[in-house]
Amino acid sequence: MSEHAATTQHTAADGHAVDIDKHVRIYITVFVTLMALTIVTVAISRFHLPVPIAVSVALLVATIKGGLVACYFMHLISEKKLIYAVLALTVAFFIVLMFVPLLTVHDGYWMRG
Amino acid sequence: MEIPYTVEIRRDTGLNNGKIAIWLFLASEVMLFGALFASYILIRTGSTSWPRGDTILNVPLATFNTIVLISSSVTMVMAWASLMRGRFNTFRVYMASTVLLGGVFLVVKYFEYSHKFHDDLFPRTNNFLAIYFTLTGLHMLHVIGGMAVNAYFLGPGAKLYKTNPVWFTNRVEHSGLFWHFVDLVWIFLFPTLYLL
Repeated sequence: MSEHAATTQHTAADGHAVDIDKHVRIYITVFVTLMALTIVTVAISRFHLPVPIAVSVALLVATIKGGLVACYFMHLISEKKLIYAVLALTVAFFIVLMFVPLLTVHDGYWMRG
Repeated sequence: MEIPYTVEIRRDTGLNNGKIAIWLFLASEVMLFGALFASYILIRTGSTSWPRGDTILNVPLATFNTIVLISSSVTMVMAWASLMRGRFNTFRVYMASTVLLGGVFLVVKYFEYSHKFHDDLFPRTNNFLAIYFTLTGLHMLHVIGGMAVNAYFLGPGAKLYKTNPVWFTNRVEHSGLFWHFVDLVWIFLFPTLYLL
């Protein structure tokens, strides 16, 4: 290996290490945030809010936590387009799935004898 | 026969095959848990009364388990970062911590389940417990599966690092994606079952 090639490779490796160091700092920050949000989730539940508000707040906090895990631990923040496409399709079907129970309300299932 | 595109990137997808495969698998997992969440919504909205989770379940234990699982996600991603830095021994420490934390989660769950059975609370007791045991039971199976794969990479699977470190790092990244997904599911299960 020529001296130039060796130096180039060394510099690239250094840059890579710096990049990973930056990632590690982000992981620690996300970890602390997740811990704080876990405490927030439990604390909010102590207020015994009305069910619709309690559900909304709990799911909002859980969505923020889940988003942090997906974006940073699962590296979704810097993923390829194909992964986003797969996930967009999954989210679309997931939303449909979540609204399927509403159909039973619409057709009056719960009103019957 | 050699498996293609374990390290090199495919031109058409811009990814190696393992990465796209694990994400497709996780997409199917989202639908699996999604179906159960939809069932939970259907059963809960259709019932005349529904107990608050904290009147039946042990919130401090579940909070502890949430902290354990989030910590294991951090050790998992640090295990991968260690491999990216070429520090194999550090990887082993983080991976062992991940497996250990998974074990702690299961032990806590064992005590939780034992306590419920001791109090004559079974899946057949009521709808709340039926959905609680189904969701947490399925999640627990995922924890066991993830632990088995991680233990493999800590033990016999680690041999690959000597011959093909890039492939090994990719495999650890993919098992990590599964492990983070398991953490992500718990992040939603915890408030849904225990706090609402």
